[in-house]
Amino acid sequence: MSKSYFEIIRPGINTTFQDTGRNNLYYIGIPFSGAMDKRNFLISNALVGNKFDLTSIEFAYQGPLLKLTGGKTSIAITGDVNFNIIRKSSKIFQGECYQSYEIESGDQIDILSTNKSVYGYFSVKDSFDVESFWGSSSINTRAKIGPNEGEKFLKNQKIYLKNQNSHFNKKKLNYLNSKIEYIRFIEGTNFDYFSKNAKKIFSSEKFIVSKLTDRMGMRLEGTKLENIINTNIKSEGLIKGVIQVPADGNPIIMLSDHGTIGGYPKIGVVISADYDKLVQLTPGSKIKFKSVSLADAEKLYGFYNMETQNLLNQIK
Amino acid sequence: MIKNILNLGDSALYCDFGDEVNIDINSKVINFFKILQKKKISGIINIVPSYNKLIIVFDLSITNYKELKEKIETIKIEGFEKKNEKIIKIPVCCDIEFALDSERLSAKLNISFDEILNLYFSKDYFCYMTGFIAGMPFLGDIDPKIRFKRLETPRVKVPKGSIGLTEQFCNIYTFESPGGWNIIGNTPINVFNKFNLEKPALVNAGDIVKFYKITKKEYLNWNE
Repeated sequence: MSKSYFEIIRPGINTTFQDTGRNNLYYIGIPFSGAMDKRNFLISNALVGNKFDLTSIEFAYQGPLLKLTGGKTSIAITGDVNFNIIRKSSKIFQGECYQSYEIESGDQIDILSTNKSVYGYFSVKDSFDVESFWGSSSINTRAKIGPNEGEKFLKNQKIYLKNQNSHFNKKKLNYLNSKIEYIRFIEGTNFDYFSKNAKKIFSSEKFIVSKLTDRMGMRLEGTKLENIINTNIKSEGLIKGVIQVPADGNPIIMLSDHGTIGGYPKIGVVISADYDKLVQLTPGSKIKFKSVSLADAEKLYGFYNMETQNLLNQIK
Repeated sequence: MIKNILNLGDSALYCDFGDEVNIDINSKVINFFKILQKKKISGIINIVPSYNKLIIVFDLSITNYKELKEKIETIKIEGFEKKNEKIIKIPVCCDIEFALDSERLSAKLNISFDEILNLYFSKDYFCYMTGFIAGMPFLGDIDPKIRFKRLETPRVKVPKGSIGLTEQFCNIYTFESPGGWNIIGNTPINVFNKFNLEKPALVNAGDIVKFYKITKKEYLNWNE
């Protein structure tokens, strides 16, 4: 029997395979990549009974329209996502996030949009038949690394499943993607390059997420941050969450597909516990930053991890 | 060696080797990077060498800043790693079609483009670091007479293979990318090959690059 597959009838805006990303390649210019919102990624796998880190499909804003051919399987979608399931019989019903559905050959899943958020995740039982590059199946479209020639999905493409006809087991999680009031940060290594006033503005005023925001970085607009030492530094390594401020005074936050080296002063670094929520902020959203100590950031990460674990354990 | 270790956010160590950019300091960074790579310390998920800094990224659910800093501080550097630097030859075509900034650079520096190229091809270059985009080498130092700042407005698309100059450095655009370096030529070879899983980047930190000039005809008929 031939393998089951999803045919991509509409690819969506930026639909890719993602997992937990690839390590230890920064030194040759290759970033982590991986699912932007890690918690939602893990939950989507858990809902179909997978090991949490198997490959999922990540989509942004408008997602794909997929049609299954082959045997039955179960699927789940996470995030704040509006989607329909169109049965072979043409019966349409609205799907709900955070629960699994059994679908059959001929059924379609129409992922219409993410609501007031950017990314959503689509997982299928036993995951997809996908190649791994340097230990990860994440697609980095900028460097064209990963499966699918490193490209986002295109219309009419087929995405093969690893298995089919698996026993369906309905799973559900009661979860609401909460919003946070602040994005918390730790002062960066060039914090003192900025004027006293700029430091105050950074921790008190609102910044707006610009349209120039993607998996590589998030550009912000707001009151210009005045640099009193030098608007360039000698190029050095970057990590995700670093907030750089170039000469124009507008912050840029490095996200999962970021360039690995940069030469702009680092005013701060977003704490690990807030990263999943940061990436879900849509263009036009307002951000307020709040400075925290390293010790607090570590504690907050502990809580974040514990909460994620609890959610995963609640899925039955 | 390391002058100071700071935290960069909650999951990275920022090791400062000094403020200057020179081969001596950079060699120390690369040496320490290679030692760390071999040690495979638990929790470290990335190490990024640059001119005079080394950033060590760790998994915060496995270790933390204080614990890892203590481990790093106890690492003894027993002399330099054997300098088995590789010499890599890279062909470059400087035909006007590829040398996007030849006229501008020549006018700004007030020397002919031929003279710029003579100075450029007369030296070997040291690879300080690789990155920004996959496989892009940062090489130096170019002759002081041909140093110039970045473009005021970076290009949205610099063609793959472009050779760029800025300040004391030159680089190679391993794939089409935005960029602001002054472009003087193009190489037909793949400096980054994602299918070579063991060694995708042709030029790595610590290597030596020798550029040599090829004609447009040679460029067009290039067969790797």
